[in-house]
Amino acid sequence: MNGWLHRILMLPPQASSLARHLDYLHYAVILTTMAGAAGVGTLVLYYTVRYRAGTGRGGERGPDPRPLRTTGGKSVFVELGAFGGLFALFVVFWIIGFTQYVRVAEPPPDALTIYVVAKQWMWEFAYPDGSGSNGTLYVPAGRPIQLVMTSRDVIHSFYVPAFRNKRDVIPGRSTTLWFEADQPGRHRIECAEYCGTGHSTMRGEVIVLSAEDYARRLADRQPVRIAGPAPGNPPVVGEESPSPLLSLAAVGRSVAADAGCLRCHTVDGTPHIGPTWAGLYSATIPLQSGARVVADVEYLTKSMMDPAADLHLGFPNVMPSYQGLLTAPQIGAIVEYIRSLRDVSRHAGGQPLPAAVSPAAPIVTPLPGDPPSARPADDLLRRAPTGVPLYPPPSEPSSESSP
Amino acid sequence: MTSYLDDNRGIMSWLATRDHKRIAIMFLIATAGALLLGGVFALVLRIELLVPGKLFLSAMDYNRMFTHHGVVMVFLFMVPVIPTVFGNFFLPIMLGAPDLAFPRLNLASFYVYVTGAIIVIAAMWFGGLDTGWTFYAPYSTTSPTAVATGTFGVFVVGVSSILTGVNFIATVHTMRARDMGWTKLPLFVWSIYATAIIQVIATPVLGLSLLLVAVDHAWALGIFDPAMGGDPVLFQHLFWFYSHPAVYIMILPAMGVVSEVVCTFSHNPPASYRAIAISSLGIAFVGFLTWGHHMFVAGMSTFDVGAFGFLSMFTAIFSAIKVFTWTSTLRHGAVRVTTPMLYFFGFMFLFVFGGMTGVALATSSLDIHWHDTYFVVAHFHFIMVGGTLTMYLAALHYWFPKMFGRMYPRRWSIVAATAVVLGFIFTFTPQFLLGNAGMPRRYWSYPPEYQWLHILSTAGASILAMGLALNLAYLVWAVFRGPRAERNPWGSRSYEWLAPTPPPPHNFDEPLVIRRGPYDYHLPE
Repeated sequence: MNGWLHRILMLPPQASSLARHLDYLHYAVILTTMAGAAGVGTLVLYYTVRYRAGTGRGGERGPDPRPLRTTGGKSVFVELGAFGGLFALFVVFWIIGFTQYVRVAEPPPDALTIYVVAKQWMWEFAYPDGSGSNGTLYVPAGRPIQLVMTSRDVIHSFYVPAFRNKRDVIPGRSTTLWFEADQPGRHRIECAEYCGTGHSTMRGEVIVLSAEDYARRLADRQPVRIAGPAPGNPPVVGEESPSPLLSLAAVGRSVAADAGCLRCHTVDGTPHIGPTWAGLYSATIPLQSGARVVADVEYLTKSMMDPAADLHLGFPNVMPSYQGLLTAPQIGAIVEYIRSLRDVSRHAGGQPLPAAVSPAAPIVTPLPGDPPSARPADDLLRRAPTGVPLYPPPSEPSSESSP
Repeated sequence: MTSYLDDNRGIMSWLATRDHKRIAIMFLIATAGALLLGGVFALVLRIELLVPGKLFLSAMDYNRMFTHHGVVMVFLFMVPVIPTVFGNFFLPIMLGAPDLAFPRLNLASFYVYVTGAIIVIAAMWFGGLDTGWTFYAPYSTTSPTAVATGTFGVFVVGVSSILTGVNFIATVHTMRARDMGWTKLPLFVWSIYATAIIQVIATPVLGLSLLLVAVDHAWALGIFDPAMGGDPVLFQHLFWFYSHPAVYIMILPAMGVVSEVVCTFSHNPPASYRAIAISSLGIAFVGFLTWGHHMFVAGMSTFDVGAFGFLSMFTAIFSAIKVFTWTSTLRHGAVRVTTPMLYFFGFMFLFVFGGMTGVALATSSLDIHWHDTYFVVAHFHFIMVGGTLTMYLAALHYWFPKMFGRMYPRRWSIVAATAVVLGFIFTFTPQFLLGNAGMPRRYWSYPPEYQWLHILSTAGASILAMGLALNLAYLVWAVFRGPRAERNPWGSRSYEWLAPTPPPPHNFDEPLVIRRGPYDYHLPE
């Protein structure tokens, strides 16, 4: 019953601890809606046919011999009973719905807190250990997560359909939302409150990791910090660091994945929201202003800090500024990564490059000893024809997993 | 006796008229223009949404387009249309009055509306609006588009709405024919009266909040800006305090049309006159207490969510009372299936399904998932747009013979009505599913798995558009070339059919004497 209705109504997978309960109420209310509309519709059509003109009283236009209808003693009780019953049904919906609302609104006391800052048009997540990510939220499965959210500019709304949860993110206030994902998987984050030009591209992803993977990820984040030490945050090469000998380009790819760059920029020439990075470095590109420019270090850096200044012809002005979000070494690493993609064809459209042709190939495919944590966020892996998601899509075969 | 159409000739005899019927015709033309404009915007949106990414509009243009669609349809078409066209035309006639209480105010209301509409459309042309029709702060106060001009235009249109409301209230109280007590008013008058009360009470709040947005946008006063001590959620409270009752400004007149159409074509009095009249006032009253259900996920307190959810259920009960009263009016009648009745069938389905999805949305835990998705879009298009649009067309076909003294081609009107109703259902049913699947509204680009539902929806919209275009074509033809209509072609007992067709300038050749009620089908006409 659950699976069948779930599919007919096209609901997303039930990926949070409360989703299933909410869906049961959903079924009850929607089936009542359908039954009500069908019932009234049938009754109207039945009366129309049964009492059509010329069948009963005095032909089509003749005077009606019956006196004006008056409401008799008995039928008053019938009507009151009918409307009382209907109202009781609505009140039952209200009681169950509000009880569930209270459960959705009140986070459990032992929830893990993650801070969320929304801005046009990006989600930034800050974890208790001081690390952060943009666009992709990493959470452990089976543990209540409380998001404490605020906005830097206008009102946004944090929405994960698979969790059946949504909360507005308001400047000058902090709002909270909690959920408990029941198993590892990846789910779409959407901004549900209209926030301007890039509203529909303000999407992200929740990656639910198993408890062990989450712990490993916490440890694995070290290389990124090595590449980009913030002032006053001395570089640390931890003993647990799995691969201290990463190239700068590989670090750049990891930073680009965490910062959300790869949600819009592909690295294999596939057209997407932003210009592909394949073969971008030192190419001459046309600008919106009509000028042409060589995509060198200076142009790439400027485009990260002030994307609207020299917009690539034919792309929407939706990229947010990364001013202050990336440290200088991180910017350098990203530029180095783009440089490493110089010989990938800009028009290959997802053709994997023969390793012999390009020295960049080993970087495009996962390096041995790559931190596994860099993979889930990496659009590159999902886009590449050989790419296999690290985590299988949620158990219900659904609309949620991207093609 | 010459009709109001032939009484005086020349353009100035129309533009400077104080005859409520001519003003109604001018409103009919102006609001039909708004419907056409808003409809074209809707088609542009539906075509752009055929593909997940860009088809021919940039994100910025798409955002402008859905804002323009919403603003034109809500403020220039649906809020004014039935009161200013059919209310204006038939309220005095139904009361046996020669005109509205304040004919000059009525003409002023028209010109204020036109001025406001011109300002709104000018704002769209020069700079556009990209805030959505809800103008949520602080986006609206910081948007680079022509927000100040646009909101000022809507403010001016609101003034027109208040003028009309005041005029209608005064007319119902003071201009009724002798012996026409409150229980002998046609039900359409009751619904227009209830609407006028909401217009007069609620519209100033809209005007105020839009004015605050306009000045905040123009001079950065920070009324809704938290950095300057303002509160963005305050705007939502102010806005919905008007805009939720505004839903009933749109739907109550439509309900009045339903009552007239269903009684006339079932040749039967309403199953309960009191139930319909009182539930109109009940909806008008409860409608003021439910605005918070637009803000269940906006960070309102949990207690408020419960309270607003509970109050919203009362609206559903009052609407249910109306639905069952209309349905049982058909019982033991002599039902004729005419073009207005086809629209009535469409209305009943759209209104019951749309209304029940309203109950679903008021169920607070379910609203969390549906809020700001296509489910909400489909819901309010079903109940508010579907209800108003079908009854606007029903009213046009029902009263057309009286207004223009001519009939329209019956076959074409049946084809058009079928296309409009089925096209409408076909357009918005996929959008319920899109909302269930988690597609947020106001999305220019969307994940590709939603595409087939968008294609279905666009296909439905094109059927709807063809139905509306067909309506326009044969109605314009019928105004000039249609066969002459009799005085009372439907055999109705309501008072407006006692007037000559088309009515003379002051409606009745001799003062109307009320000898029976408007639904006394047991008495000869």
